[in-house]
Amino acid sequence: MSSPAVLAEGLVKSYGEVRALAGINLEVAEGSLLGVLGPNGAGKTTAVRILSTLLLPDAGHASVAGHDVVKDPDAVRASIGLTGQYAAVDENLTGRENLELVGRLLHIGRKEARIRADELLAAFGLTDAGGRPARTYSGGMRRRLDLAASLVGRPSVLFLDEPTTGLDPASRIALWEVVEQLRRDGTTILLTTQYLEEADRLADRIAVIDGGRVIAEGTSTELKDRLGEDVVDLRVADAARTAEAVEILRDLAATTPRAENAAGRISLPVHHGAGILAEVVRRIDSAGIEVAELSLHRPSLDDVFLSLTGRDTTVVAAAQPAARRRFGRRSANPETAA
Amino acid sequence: MTATLATRSARTPSLRRTPAWIVTDSVTIAWRNMLAVVRNPQLLVIDTVTPVMFVLLFAFVFGGAIQTPGIDYVTFLMPGIFVQTVVFGGTNTAVGIAEDLQKGVIDRFRTLPMAPSAVLIGRTFADLLRNIYVVIVMTVVGLLIGFRPTGTPVGFVLALVLVAGFGYAMSWLSANIGLRAKTAAAAQGAIFIPVFPLTFASSAFVPVETMPSWLKPIAEANPVTLVVNASRGLFLGTADTGTVLAAAAWIVGIVAVFAPLAIRSYRRR
Ligand SMILES: Nc1ncnc2c1ncn2[C@@H]1O[C@H](COP(=O)(O)OP(=O)(O)O)[C@@H](O)[C@H]1O
Ligand SMILES: [Mg+2]
Repeated sequence: MSSPAVLAEGLVKSYGEVRALAGINLEVAEGSLLGVLGPNGAGKTTAVRILSTLLLPDAGHASVAGHDVVKDPDAVRASIGLTGQYAAVDENLTGRENLELVGRLLHIGRKEARIRADELLAAFGLTDAGGRPARTYSGGMRRRLDLAASLVGRPSVLFLDEPTTGLDPASRIALWEVVEQLRRDGTTILLTTQYLEEADRLADRIAVIDGGRVIAEGTSTELKDRLGEDVVDLRVADAARTAEAVEILRDLAATTPRAENAAGRISLPVHHGAGILAEVVRRIDSAGIEVAELSLHRPSLDDVFLSLTGRDTTVVAAAQPAARRRFGRRSANPETAA
Repeated sequence: MTATLATRSARTPSLRRTPAWIVTDSVTIAWRNMLAVVRNPQLLVIDTVTPVMFVLLFAFVFGGAIQTPGIDYVTFLMPGIFVQTVVFGGTNTAVGIAEDLQKGVIDRFRTLPMAPSAVLIGRTFADLLRNIYVVIVMTVVGLLIGFRPTGTPVGFVLALVLVAGFGYAMSWLSANIGLRAKTAAAAQGAIFIPVFPLTFASSAFVPVETMPSWLKPIAEANPVTLVVNASRGLFLGTADTGTVLAAAAWIVGIVAVFAPLAIRSYRRR
């Protein structure tokens, strides 16, 4: 088996008092996509900056494309592309000039830099805008230009730090398609995200990080299996009876059930969901509680993250309105609905 | 979207850094920074109007009040205004670098296998070109309003070289501030803390003899005074070699100290 394209072992990094990374281990197999999933401040950007040679770790070591990031940064730089959290485009240059600039600094030759710039502009739907200064670009166009710039050198390893944060849904989906294309072409990708849905869709494996540590690692399915096979989602018509319903159902749960009292929502991780559904209905019914919605679905990464960090959606909502939006419950895909 | 995105073709980035990259990469970066000026015609207008305004204001506002024995004030003033203007021009370096840092452009450069020093060498070179343009504009305006350099053509050119060279040295000092500033606005503010005393506590606008006795030795030791005196002498054909060499030594010395410092702090991860 070939050695991993990205390997981080025990990376530690502090900014003064703030310990951004508390010993992170990451591994990305060649040609695969690792999704690094975590909330704001988890340490995603710090990890990416160390791996892309921008920052030195305080402890631990890391290699990218077989080269040590501390000892041989030039070799790493020749193999990687980085698209940071904020588009690093030169506003005064046109889209084409931005790409040519990178090509020239990669020493691929002026002519090749021009050809490559045109190729990438076409691939990212920027041919028409290619002659305009980047300052006239929309947010989505800037992101695409930034990503294109990180691809000029045909990197074998690509770092994407929250590439879709702040994008509108259409631009996000377009970017996902590009990432999937790159992955199919054999590029090794490390992508950080706060969006569970994004990691679920794009990643071969997912590392969940929080507080500068990896708190879980595995395929999306493996992570979901930890929680139980299925989740029963229930909404009681009278929200005041939520707590009562939770007590009635508690012994059916594989792990701790979660409740949003105000909305009357209950989320119950279970084993053998289909068999248990009837029991749920029977108990609730005999207690005389009216059910407004009932569904059974595979656990989402949302469920996984919340169970791993022990943070309830309602707690997150109070502390961090933005995180609420990102980690908040989306309508589950009901496989069974009652 | 086809295989063009990722497939490795014949030309992949070359791996081994060669010393020649310092030159080629610096030229690339200078090209990029010059484009910024070209793309912002306003910058060019400001670059032109500001020094002209300085020349006219100083010449006509102070011209009558400041006594410069044995020499017409406009002719006395011009080398001072030139030096002040290139020093101010040097502050562009700090602002530009801080802006690049803030926007993440420097992060992009730092992840490329390029010569790291080129980002600073290219930027200071582009700022030098900008300063040379400004000095030419001011010379023309000066000559129109009564600047009468009576020295040799060689002295005239040497004087301009000293002026531009000092601006270049200031760019390197400025680069250090730009690399440490958190924002472009902070860089802009910080850079003027050394720049104002340097330019005003000097022989740029008034003869040092007119200053209070405590300030005189400071003004005399000020490199701006040396550079102004040297170029004044060269313009008028009265220069003494010692002053010219001292001014040149200051320029070389400032670059020798601040260029490596800036490059080191650019490279620090
Ligand atoms: N330059 C810095 N100076 C001080 N603290 C920082 C700096 N960069 C990041 N941090 C802190 O380190 C932690 C991790 O940050 P970061 O890696 O940016 O997380 P993420 O990208 O997951 O949001 C946070 O607590 C953040 O406030
Ligand atoms: Mg981040």
